[in-house]
Amino acid sequence: MKKKNVLALMLVGSMCATLFAGCGSTSTASSDTKEETKEETTTEATTETADAAEDTASGSGSVYWLNFKPEADEALQGIAATYTEQTGVEVKVVTAASGTYEQTLTSEMDKSAAPTLFVIGNQGSVSTWGDYAIDLKGTDVYNELNTDSFTLYDADGKAVSIGYCYESYGIIVNKTLLAQAGYSIDDITNFETLKAVADDIHARAAELGFDAFTSSGMDDSSSWRFSGHLANLPLYYEEQADGWTEAPSEIKGTYLEYFKNVWDLYTTDTAIDKSTLATGGYDAEAEFKNGEAVFYQNGTWEYSALSEVYSNDELSMIPIYCGADGEENAGLCSGTENCWAVNAKASEEDQKATLDFMYWLVTSEEGTKMMAEQFGAIPYKGAAESDNVFLADSNRLLSEGKYNVDWAFNYTPNVDEWRAGVVAAMNQYDAGGDWSTVETAFVQGWATQYAAANQ
Amino acid sequence: MKKLKNDGTAVNSALLRRPIQRWFPLFLLPTVVAFIIGFVYPFFQGIYLSFCKFTTTSDAAFNGISNYLNALKDATFVHAFWYTALYAVVSLLIINILAFLIAYVLTQGIKGSNLFRTVFFMPNLIGGIVLGYIWSMIFDGILSRYGTSILLETKYGFWGLIILMCWQQIGYMMIIYIAGLQAVPEDLIEAAKIDGATKWQTLIHVTIPNVMPSITICTFLTLTNGFKLFDQNLALTGGQPFSFMADGTIVKTTEMLALNIYNTFYGQSASARGVAQAKAVLFFILVAVISLIQLKTTKEKEVQQ
Repeated sequence: MKKKNVLALMLVGSMCATLFAGCGSTSTASSDTKEETKEETTTEATTETADAAEDTASGSGSVYWLNFKPEADEALQGIAATYTEQTGVEVKVVTAASGTYEQTLTSEMDKSAAPTLFVIGNQGSVSTWGDYAIDLKGTDVYNELNTDSFTLYDADGKAVSIGYCYESYGIIVNKTLLAQAGYSIDDITNFETLKAVADDIHARAAELGFDAFTSSGMDDSSSWRFSGHLANLPLYYEEQADGWTEAPSEIKGTYLEYFKNVWDLYTTDTAIDKSTLATGGYDAEAEFKNGEAVFYQNGTWEYSALSEVYSNDELSMIPIYCGADGEENAGLCSGTENCWAVNAKASEEDQKATLDFMYWLVTSEEGTKMMAEQFGAIPYKGAAESDNVFLADSNRLLSEGKYNVDWAFNYTPNVDEWRAGVVAAMNQYDAGGDWSTVETAFVQGWATQYAAANQ
Repeated sequence: MKKLKNDGTAVNSALLRRPIQRWFPLFLLPTVVAFIIGFVYPFFQGIYLSFCKFTTTSDAAFNGISNYLNALKDATFVHAFWYTALYAVVSLLIINILAFLIAYVLTQGIKGSNLFRTVFFMPNLIGGIVLGYIWSMIFDGILSRYGTSILLETKYGFWGLIILMCWQQIGYMMIIYIAGLQAVPEDLIEAAKIDGATKWQTLIHVTIPNVMPSITICTFLTLTNGFKLFDQNLALTGGQPFSFMADGTIVKTTEMLALNIYNTFYGQSASARGVAQAKAVLFFILVAVISLIQLKTTKEKEVQQ
């Protein structure tokens, strides 16, 4: 009997141990990812940390940038090395693996050598991380900004983070294929003309050898293009109509019809059966690169990938026309989630070193060049030219007097949860469900998440 | 007392034994320290954090039991609890019955038993996330012929997860049952045969009582695995489909407890992190209590050989 008690005790012990692994997984998992990223990104991470520690001790300060764009990592490592060479200040860049920025940030901020420079990209993030950011107003780098429209403020008016680049998205067009179908981008000026062109291409798809739109997969790798970016259109027009100045506690969904228009178009005028979108597994970028479709909704960040295959003359980006009144005057959707914040809990030397580094990035020749190459447009006075054709389109439309469709989705409360709800509802709609589910997820979901985020 | 012959080299010699008796804490130290760092400290830190509002764990402000109240008020947590409980019970039954049957068949001296055992065990070696994505493709390959998807119906998600976990776990439980079955004394079975017991009677009255220790372990493992399931749940359905309740609550109908905790922690603002932590503590208590009850009831049925 005694033996059995011992056995029972051991079982309970092992259960606790395994369970505990469950409880602790939040931190261990993210530190794992962090380790991976670290290995991927800097082979000398450990030596750098050691150096950084020494520097802090000697009082010169160091920079630790927790970067959130995996695609820019390589260039950032290079620029960090250049800066160290020129000034002697240690700059460590660590990149969070795609989609794990929040997890990585949470575990990194807990460490004694926490990031000094990190990203606070939207209002939701401001409420989570605002306490960890210094007020950037009046700093040298802040004074270099040429616009205040990408600066995020908290409720007390503290400048929590400043944009370091901005991006535009719209519908990327393969002009060569469009010409083969007998159209040019000048034929598309609003939703009706877009639909007419797309419908015609779709109808002749077999004969042309390509279709109108690339796949609109709803798996995690692609759904943000719709639950995030496309959903911005109804949000933007509601923002304009109701004059939002802060995140509204509830929305009306007045312009959801626009969202439906475009979504129906994407899922009808395409080679992909819409009942298969929920699981996804499609690669829209590859489809576009292979010339399987004319239109592909995505942003300026796609330029480097697409320019491998297409020349600048073949590519263009047009606004997402959705059926709004006067949308002939719409420009691209431009905004940013890439905003720098400086860690308020870092030592003063480190904060200063970080601010100096930021200033150097947006004013020096090497810095601005790298920023233009990696991030495209940067909202600073000394910005360098970029050859990104989509950014050129964006700027051209604005200079023609078209209105900028800003990123109203930055107001979204509990953004990941809200979007997950919209995706689930859209999947039900695609499978033949009622559009009202999407409306519920959109409107009621907003109110629910707002309440949850502000409890 | 007879004096032991002692040339100083025997394992139980005083020369060897005494220093060990005196210095054993030193030898235990690394393990104890590792245990404290890896288990004791984070465990109590976790409990403490469940009473706090925090963004990072080193920077928490005490806020009483409000996290627990919010956790219990959360309809999604309650749903996830019942869904998980249902899942755990169903998977417990199916996995154990099938694993036992296969183990029984494979101990009857069939040709190629070892090959079968190896093949059945293999799914265990694949990681949960990978399995989830592979099976979601398999299920959708079938369901798309009927114009639907595993993400669209709660029942598909539920049974899909059951099938996935059966596929993965039956082989493992089977190995444990085979070990148990092989340990049943031949003479007991022979005695039963001589007494005229049928095969069925032998199984029910001789074999099963003798493999009760294996059953205890397997039910324990499947029950706790069922409650703690995370990777497969995340990869297979991620909680879809959602149902939108009249009061604005969004219930992820196939979301289990562990995933619910994870989503609360990372999907929402910082104010929800304490709530997620409170949910995790409740989750721990729940699983601990259920497994203790299960251990007690199954162990009562074990026989001493």
